[in-house]
Amino acid sequence: MNEHRPPDRESAEPIKPPPAIVVTARNIILGLWGALRLLRESTVAMIGAGLVGFWVLVAIFAPWLAPYDPNAQVLPFATPFTEHPEGGTFWLGADHLGRDILSRVIWGSRTVLFYAPVATACAFAVGITMGLFAGYKRGWIDDVLSRISDIILSFPILVLYVVIITTFGASGLNIVLAVIFASAPGIMRIVRGLVLDLRNRDYVAAAQTRGESTLRIMFVEILPNARGPLIVDACLRLGYTIITIGVLGFLGLGLPPPDPDWGGMVNQTRSMATFAPHMTIFPVIAISSLVLGFNLLADGIREISLND
Amino acid sequence: MLIFLARRTGYMVLTMLVVSILLFVLLEVNGEAVAVKVLGPYTTVEQRNLWLEANGYFRPVYVRYFEWLGNMLTGDFGESIRFRAPVADVLWPRLANTAILGGVTFAVMIPLALMMGILAGMKEGSKLDRSLSVTAIITTSIPEFASAVLLTFLFVFWLSWLPGTSGMTDGFRPVELILPVTVLVLYGFGYIARMTRASMVEVMQTPYIRTAILKGMPYRQVIMRHALRNALIAPFTVIMLQINWLLSGVIVVEFFFAYKGFGALLLEASLNQDIFLIQACAMVAVFVAVTTQTIADIGYTYLNPRIRFA
Repeated sequence: MNEHRPPDRESAEPIKPPPAIVVTARNIILGLWGALRLLRESTVAMIGAGLVGFWVLVAIFAPWLAPYDPNAQVLPFATPFTEHPEGGTFWLGADHLGRDILSRVIWGSRTVLFYAPVATACAFAVGITMGLFAGYKRGWIDDVLSRISDIILSFPILVLYVVIITTFGASGLNIVLAVIFASAPGIMRIVRGLVLDLRNRDYVAAAQTRGESTLRIMFVEILPNARGPLIVDACLRLGYTIITIGVLGFLGLGLPPPDPDWGGMVNQTRSMATFAPHMTIFPVIAISSLVLGFNLLADGIREISLND
Repeated sequence: MLIFLARRTGYMVLTMLVVSILLFVLLEVNGEAVAVKVLGPYTTVEQRNLWLEANGYFRPVYVRYFEWLGNMLTGDFGESIRFRAPVADVLWPRLANTAILGGVTFAVMIPLALMMGILAGMKEGSKLDRSLSVTAIITTSIPEFASAVLLTFLFVFWLSWLPGTSGMTDGFRPVELILPVTVLVLYGFGYIARMTRASMVEVMQTPYIRTAILKGMPYRQVIMRHALRNALIAPFTVIMLQINWLLSGVIVVEFFFAYKGFGALLLEASLNQDIFLIQACAMVAVFVAVTTQTIADIGYTYLNPRIRFA
């Protein structure tokens, strides 16, 4: 059996700080390609990535994919496959104001795929920073941050959103801020737990010996090693945020009309669902498939990381 | 144990205090805004000032806060702007209705979720395990309002088996509870099932289960007598925390099915800027959430011998 021996200090190479991570277009593409190749290990992850990818492409190419202006009022209550007076077809019908539902579902993907990732990314930025400080610095910073997050997490989530939106009004910015406020504590808890484990590793001790700054140790040494669980959590949280934005829209607390938003479309048309069900069913399918995509992706990534 | 209980209770009171300060700052500190909400946007400054003076809004903030807190504690939540009645009279019947809805939901969801979780966790990676996991992912991916729409199409418009609204206008009819409960169960059971499964998987890998199987004990007995006892400790906490989730879920479901409960009330209050009602609803919701979290903590400690005797 090979006995594990620590390397000889005298003869070892002088320890160099690790190279800084350079963000270039080439690195991003290589990273995405590598991630896709990893995903091939899991069918579930591939299905999830397919659903998410489909909606991302729809959102990016919305102006070219949508057959009509999403806010143009043409033919109220048109059923699916009705002919459009100016040529073409209402493939999914039109809503109570005569707006083409297919175009609204397509443009609605832009709304949700803009606000949800932005809100989630900001929440992660705040939550990660809080978690790194709490887990690495410990002491009173940890106590204060943990207490604050316990209190915010004790709120039933939707009650918190309703109170915030009522006080500050419904707008895109306020929804993003509310999501940050409500999700950052949960992210902080996860990061803190990971940091408590990682801070005792040898490479952190090495960095401390090299005299690296606390910020560099937290963000360059510790954070990249905590990425596995965080990526899974980010996928799940993106799904939740999409549900949240949809639910707020459905409750009438979401983005102001007339721009299409899936939850709002259900809210405005559901009272007429008895005789025109096509107006509510398509946005519902859209939001469910997108959230399902993120959840399957999260499950697949978790499965892959457990196999390694 | 007593010290632990006292600390948990003290912590609960502290949380409630911070929440009350938060709500006060958000909704009450700005007296001018309160006056606008109570008197309406088309009132003059003099009218608002008269109202503010009459209701003591010109006193220092801390005096107002303690008076407000005292009123909250004694159950005097003020007058609802929308219902023109004391908030307490509006709130309690609605809470009772939600308790019925939540109780039925839990009575259906918990046995179902536990059973699915245990069956899936008994044999990790089996066909049953995979299919139950995928089912749980799919049901938790569909937001409540989406499954409500889909179920309404299926059972109300297409099959016409069930009523589409749950307003209970002709007295209490249990059949009107079926759809709201189904929607809540569909969205919520997946999480409990997955937690139970994870806990069960962990227990099944322990040496003492292997010993029990190897000494020739019937498999059924191994599961019932040895595995379940330890596997159900973690789900207990999750179940208690689901009450917090349920308070969110009922807002959507009660709004959709026009069920006269607490969630619909909070939403109505919010859409009408009825701030005294919002305050009362939020305080009650947080109180229920924090209490169940405390019970979950205490219960977990009590159930888990490793913590209890440590």
